[in-house]
Amino acid sequence: MPEPKRKTLKRKGAGGRAVHDVGGLALGSIDREEHDLALWEKRTDAMLILLRDNKRRVLSVDSHRRTIEDYGQQAYDSTTYYEKWIRAIRNLLVEQNVLTRGEIEARMAEIRARHETGGRKISRGKIPW
Amino acid sequence: MDTSHARSFMPGDVVRVAGRASLGHCRTPWYLRGKTGVVAAIQGTFRNPEMLAYHKPGLPAVVLYKVRFKQSELWERYAGPACDQLEVDIFEHWLEPTKGRMANGE
Amino acid sequence: MHNDHHDHDGHDHEHPHRKDHDAGPMSAYEVLEEAVRSLLIEKGVLTAQEIAAQVDVMDSRSPALGGRVVARAWTDPAFKKRLLADTRAALAEVGIDIGTLAEFRVVENTAKVHNVIVCTLCSCYPKMLLGVPPAWYKSLAYRSRTVVDPRGVLVEFGADVPDGVEVRVHDSTADLRYIVLPMRPKGTRGWSEEKLAAIVTRDCMIGTALPRV
Repeated sequence: MPEPKRKTLKRKGAGGRAVHDVGGLALGSIDREEHDLALWEKRTDAMLILLRDNKRRVLSVDSHRRTIEDYGQQAYDSTTYYEKWIRAIRNLLVEQNVLTRGEIEARMAEIRARHETGGRKISRGKIPW
Repeated sequence: MDTSHARSFMPGDVVRVAGRASLGHCRTPWYLRGKTGVVAAIQGTFRNPEMLAYHKPGLPAVVLYKVRFKQSELWERYAGPACDQLEVDIFEHWLEPTKGRMANGE
Repeated sequence: MHNDHHDHDGHDHEHPHRKDHDAGPMSAYEVLEEAVRSLLIEKGVLTAQEIAAQVDVMDSRSPALGGRVVARAWTDPAFKKRLLADTRAALAEVGIDIGTLAEFRVVENTAKVHNVIVCTLCSCYPKMLLGVPPAWYKSLAYRSRTVVDPRGVLVEFGADVPDGVEVRVHDSTADLRYIVLPMRPKGTRGWSEEKLAAIVTRDCMIGTALPRV
């Protein structure tokens, strides 16, 4: 479930506090509803663990965090945990020359077309680089 | 990163968290900057995450300290009792010495 | 029904996943995940089997493991001492290998101190012992408020701590993961480890709940 949009308190650049650095702010009531992760979220988690293991070391937990921290406040606040993760994995794979931006965009278009042909509705939303 | 620091702290030392702004990835929270606490423990040495975040080796390894703060000193209007505390793991290059030392390392 | 058995490689997923189709159209992020995964498999960076196996590892973890460690500490004072002094070694004693990514530290609740764990900067969590963190632990609300108003947060969770007891918050900023060793409640004398483990919930080991008899 996406975090509710925060209309107040622009954080980035507010005296140097980074967007993810939220300790001490009063950012709403705690929603304690629990739900299972979707399969794509679990696979995202799995891919991060594998990509940072000794066999591959394509990225690290630190570079993954850094990539997420570099999002603007609007993106940070309006995306879910694993949405942040998969976007960061994508960007790091391109940064580290494992995949190209063109390959990823082409594959996404193919997948969209395949699912739509199969009758599945796909959101038109774009994921900023 | 300032590696000329190389000072070691011991449990019981009163330390201040640096008030400077961070450059890039940083694991010292904003709410602690410029605050004073007590070293509760030495947690070991680790590669510097600020460098690891950019796929650099992060060496030389940096000493990590567990630092304990009084909540009433961290927050202007802390609502809880004076006994409440907060502990955070902070890297040596984010800590500055003060003249203080707590008795019994408490 | 969203059915992707074609890329399970014959592997049965017994654990429930949230059904994406119930939430409306497939999101761009879900498409991205499939794109990245399929490309990485094609290029030989990862295999489908490795991914499936790692998903299984994630699914297999639960707070039950942490609960058993707490129960052992409650019934075996020497083990508890070792657990507090060198958590990695004590866990290894009971067959738990925490791997190389992080160190674990157990912080003990006493009559004088109640511990609560948070990661304000992201959501570091002792997954090996507690499984997947709940969404609230990763939320901006929990991450932002727990350091400045821990007692308010505890009240929301129904875990009131009297004013005479220190509330000690641990913000996990580095490669150490924290687990709370709750106090053994009254009324549990003579209980087996199994019975004790059953009252140690995930939230007890985060510090937002107390074990209830």
